[in-house]
Formats: sequence, structure tokens, C-alpha cells
Amino acid sequence: MAGGKQATAKRAMRWSWNDPHLRALIWQIGALAIVVVTLWYLAATAHENLSRQHIATGFGFLQNTAGFGIVQSLIPYSEEASYGRAFLVGLCNTLLVAALGTVLAVALGFVVGIARLSSNWLVAKLAAAYVETLRNIPLLLQLFFWYFAILQPLPSPRESLTLLPGVFLSNRGIVMPGIGLTGTSLAFFATLIVAVLAALYIARRARARLLATGQRFPAVIVNTVIIIGLPALVWLVGGAPFTLQHAEMGKFDFTGGWRLLPEFLALLLGLTLYTAAFIAEIVRAGIQSVGHGQTEAAHALGLSNGQTLRLVVIPQALRVIIPPLTSQILNLTKNSSLAVAIGYPDLVSVFAGTVLNQTGQAIEVIAITMGVYLVISLATSFAMNLYNARVAIVER
Amino acid sequence: MVTTSIKWLRRNLFSNWWNTGLTVLVLYVLWSAVPPFIDWAFVSAVWHGEGRAACLGPGKGACWPFVYANLDQFIYGRYPAELRWRVNVAFLLGLAGLVPMLIPRVPAKFWNLGYLVIAWPMIAIVLISGDRPGLIGVDTDLWGGLLVTLIVAITGIVASFPLGVLLALGRRSEMPVIRSLSTIFIEFWRGVPLITVLFMASVMLPLFLPREIHLDNLLRCLVGVALFSSAYMAEVVRGGLQAVPRGQIEAARALGLSYWQTMGLVVLPQALRHVIPGIVNTFIGLFKDTTLVLIVGLFDFLGQVRVQLSDMHWSTPQGAATGYVFAAFVYWVFCFGMSRYSAFMERRLNKGMVR
Repeated sequence: MAGGKQATAKRAMRWSWNDPHLRALIWQIGALAIVVVTLWYLAATAHENLSRQHIATGFGFLQNTAGFGIVQSLIPYSEEASYGRAFLVGLCNTLLVAALGTVLAVALGFVVGIARLSSNWLVAKLAAAYVETLRNIPLLLQLFFWYFAILQPLPSPRESLTLLPGVFLSNRGIVMPGIGLTGTSLAFFATLIVAVLAALYIARRARARLLATGQRFPAVIVNTVIIIGLPALVWLVGGAPFTLQHAEMGKFDFTGGWRLLPEFLALLLGLTLYTAAFIAEIVRAGIQSVGHGQTEAAHALGLSNGQTLRLVVIPQALRVIIPPLTSQILNLTKNSSLAVAIGYPDLVSVFAGTVLNQTGQAIEVIAITMGVYLVISLATSFAMNLYNARVAIVER
Repeated sequence: MVTTSIKWLRRNLFSNWWNTGLTVLVLYVLWSAVPPFIDWAFVSAVWHGEGRAACLGPGKGACWPFVYANLDQFIYGRYPAELRWRVNVAFLLGLAGLVPMLIPRVPAKFWNLGYLVIAWPMIAIVLISGDRPGLIGVDTDLWGGLLVTLIVAITGIVASFPLGVLLALGRRSEMPVIRSLSTIFIEFWRGVPLITVLFMASVMLPLFLPREIHLDNLLRCLVGVALFSSAYMAEVVRGGLQAVPRGQIEAARALGLSYWQTMGLVVLPQALRHVIPGIVNTFIGLFKDTTLVLIVGLFDFLGQVRVQLSDMHWSTPQGAATGYVFAAFVYWVFCFGMSRYSAFMERRLNKGMVR
């Protein structure tokens, strides 16, 4: 806007189609008018349709009683809770699976991406086969496969498979010992936080000293001792900070302990394996983008293989990796909405599914759902852009 | 001969202790995964039979009779059997336009593209829907299987292309209003999951349309898919626009070409050549995403596989695994083929750049 105004202020506008500024102005007014008229027309039609079909409008329905159960909720929820509460439960479930999926997919993606560049022929080929298979099959199909073809045919809880002592896998998901809090829990976690903060401080000081004087301080060893040692001391003095609550076999199913639903497992597995295939390709491209001369120069300076990778290759590769990695993390978050197909109670399944069906307020429900994903997308982009700015090349 | 293979093994698999350990680990993983799968898919699999009885019993593997007994449903859905030739003709006409388009040496690309994106879709729509006097009409409720998958994917890409080009030009425009409108549109569709777009198209769109206009479910989903993929297409095209040097635009303007002449004759021809691999990749993504339409009640290929799986006549313990493995194989063949083509075009386009 500013540019156009300045230019028109400088010299008088000619009232001719040949004046580019006037032309631009007319184009823009025209485009804006078309958008406004279209939106107005849609809104008017919607208003008429809604009043004709006697559909309620507004967001008042969020206070109404939901009246349906949700199989997994991280916050207290019951059938008497409101639709707004159900929305929060769905949102938490979405965020849970997206956060866990991101961590696992990035970890697996880095391993597979590095494995594709391995000098070991077999490892490289296996990683390539993994990537080419998984990324060429629709995610929804993979979710169906994990859920309907693998997890559902598993034996019932009575005949469940024992993965580890106390951890059981059956067609009702994974049951594992729960963690109960004790009197020393608070002190334990407080010490842990203090230890981590102290370690961060020491690492910063050590780095500052290294840059200023060239003297090395064994920060890694000291910090490991602090982070493990301090909480361990609390454990020894105050007793165990938590207790394990083992699951008991009831009449038909386990009671107690913590349970991962099969829907959750299938979704997490599918999202992780699928997204990791894409991340692996990004990591491979990133590492390959670092010229071979960099590695040779690092070796000539006497750096070891590990040091070369850690201090020379990865920092440069990250610059190439971060932007596409961000969009993969966003894709994973958005893809978690496929939960609705296998019945995991995520935001779309609970809110755009059950709540929409019960209230019939399609416009409000869909608008809220889309708004949430937009906010998540923008927030993730923002966070990753901050990180990207840190690792980007600082040019003079 | 023997010594060279031993050398190869030593260099590639057993160069040091770490590599040897990795090799042994991978061999163990392969040993525990591949033979059971081969046993399931081939050795213990049931190959012949007329119904579920053949596939019942302990130790039986994949139930392949399920796949070939339902193959017609997987391809056409509930499309009337005596009219399926029309689908085949439409498909062959498309193939006749697509194959020369994909081979770079064949001339007349402009007319070929025109046939593919304008003439053929109209012929195909008439043939498949039968919406003309003299043809028997087939309701879209009866369409299904691979037919719907291809219709959604092809409509998505064909409809999103012109919209995507306009949006990309808009986003790079110097007019602030046009630029912000394009940016908002693109970022909105890219920020929401396709499934919410499909929900919106199937439950919200009817509320925004006047009473006289009635869109069936398939058409509503096509609108949603086209809007969604146009945003992704716009970003691909924008990448191509950015690759065209500024001097090209300045030179065109200096010659007195108007904006649309500059874009149509100078910038877009260069930009679009760059983004052919990107467009193919978008199409691969869209092709995989078409599976989501089953959530809003359409029966695409995967949806049709699920319908046949719920058929009591074929309900067997290995049925689900068989159906999904078969569907995965079909999708994989399509997507892998397209990704190979995209890689081939990328190499071809880069040839001029390599000195």
C-alpha cells in the first residue's frame, strides 16, 4: 500500500488506463469487491438456509451437556461434561499423538536417513527399501493395516503376549505398570529440575571459557554426574519417589496399570513409520548437500570421524534440513486427524465427528476445528523459524 | 570371479567390526521378517476356492481368491456390469492422450495437453455418467473403486492447475491487496488437514449454496479436493517462478510486452518446465490422499476393498491382511511408477544445466 501511495503522491495520477498505478488500483479494488461480494452472498445464503432448517447458530452449544463417553482422556471427563470439555479432551489427544509421533518420527527418520548413506551395502539398501515402500503407500491404508490386520487379530487379554515383565500386548492394546507418586516425588522432581538448570549453566560457562581462553572443561562428564547424581541422592535419602502399580488380570481384562489403546498404538505406529520415511529423505539430502571438501578439510585439521560429523557436517546439514523438516512435522500433526478412521478420539473424531452429529451446527464446529489446526500450524512454523534463525548462515 | 566377490563383500559388508555387527544385525532382521512373509503370501497362501470355506483353517496364509473374486468391484465399484465398457473406453482414450504426453520426444505437446485437460475430461464425464440422450445414465452413488480414485485424483490435479498458477502469480504480484488475498487463501488451505476440508465440503458446503443447486456427495468432495490441492499447486508453481531470473521479466517489459504477455509468453513457459517433477510429486500426494474420501462416505479403491472385506461371504481371519496388502501393492505400483517418472524428468531437465 505504502509504495503505491508514495508514488501517486509524487506526481498527479493520470485518469487513463495507461497509467500503471491507476490500473493497479482498479485491479485491486475489483479483486477485493469480488471477494467481498462472494463472501456476502455465501453468508446471506447460509443465513437463509439455517433459518429455514431451524438450525441453531452461535457458540452457546459449547456449554451444553455432551452425554457421550470418550475412551481416552488426559483431563477429567465424564458424560455429564460439556461439549467444550469434549473439545478439550479431543485437542489434548491430538496434541499427545502429534507430539509423541514427532519425536519418534524425527528420531527414526535421522537413523534411516543416515543409514541410507552407510558404507555398508546391506544397511543402505534396507533403508532405501524402507523409504520407497512406506512413502508410496497411503497413510490411511497403513493405519487400516496396523489396526485391522495386525492389532485386532491379536489374542484376547487372557492369552496376551508378554513383551517385557509386566508389559502385556493383546487386542485391547498394551498394558503396563502405572507409576504412582509417593511422599518424595515432589522433592525428586524439584531436584531433577535444579540439576538440569545447573547443567545448562555449567555448559554455557564451559563454552564461554573455551571460546575466551581455549581451556577445556569436562562439562559433559560433570553434567552427567550432576543430573544423575543429585536425584539419586534424594532417592537414597528419602526412599523411592514413585511406586509401580502392576496391572492385575481381572475376569475378562486387565485392571489397573497404564493402558495404551490399540487405536492409539496403530495411529502412533502409522504416523511415525510414514513420516519417518519422508524425514529420512530430507536428512539424506541435507547431509549430501554438505560438500566433500568440508569433510576432507576437517580430517586435515585432525578432527576424528565423530567430531567431523558433530562439529562440521551436521551444523551445515541442519540448515538444509530444518525448513522441509518443519513442513513434515506439520504434515504429521495434520495427518493425525486420520484418527477418525480407526476410532482414536482425536479432535476431528470427537468434535467434527460426534459433536457435529449431535448438535448439527456444522459451520461453528468445522470453523473451530480448522481454526485449531491453523493455530497449531502457525505456532509450529513460528517455533521452527526461531530455531532456523539460530542455525542459519550469519552473513556479513 | 570368486576373489572379486569376496573383495566386494569385505569392502561393503565386513570392512570393520562395526560394519560386520551391522551386517549381522540386518541379516537377522531380514531372516525374521522375510521368510514368514513369503510363507504367508505364497507358500501357505490359498490360491483357489469359491468362498470363505477355502480360506478357513489353521496355518492358512493369504486368501487370494478373495482378491480375484472381487476384482471387478475393486475397479468399478457398483457400476452396472453391462455398462462397464464405457468406463474402459474413457480410460483407454485417456491413456491414448497420456502416453504421448509423457514421452518427451513426441511432438505437438501443446495440442496434446489441450486434449488431456479439456477435450478428454468432457468426453470421459459424458461416457462415465451417461448424462446425454441416448446413453443410460449411471448415478454417482454407483461409482466406486479405482474409478472414483482416478476421478478424484485427476479432477483434483486438472482443476487445481489453472487455479494454482493464478494464485502463484497473485502471491508474487506487486499489488498488495492481490498478494495478501492470495497468501491468505494459500496458507489457509495448507494449514488445515484434508479431512476437515472434506467434512466441510460434505456437511458445510450445502448450507452455503442456494436451495436450487444440489451437489451430490462426489461433486462436493471434488470441490473440496480441488480447492485444497490448488494451494499446494500454487506453492509448487511459485517455486518455478522464483527460478526464472529477473532479467527475463525486465527484458520482456523492455520489449513492450504487457503483464499477461510477459507471464504467458516468457515467464510461465520457463517456470512450468522447472516444476514438472514438483507437479508429479503433488499428484502422487493427491493420489494417496484420495483415500480420505472414504471417511465422508465415498467408495474409492480402498473404500471398496473395505466394503468387500465386510462381506460375510468372504469373512476370514486372513481376509483383512490379504485385502490391505493387495491394496497397498496397487497404490505402491501407481505411486512408485510416478515417482520414477518424476526422477527421470528431473534428470532430463537438469541435463542442460550440467556442464
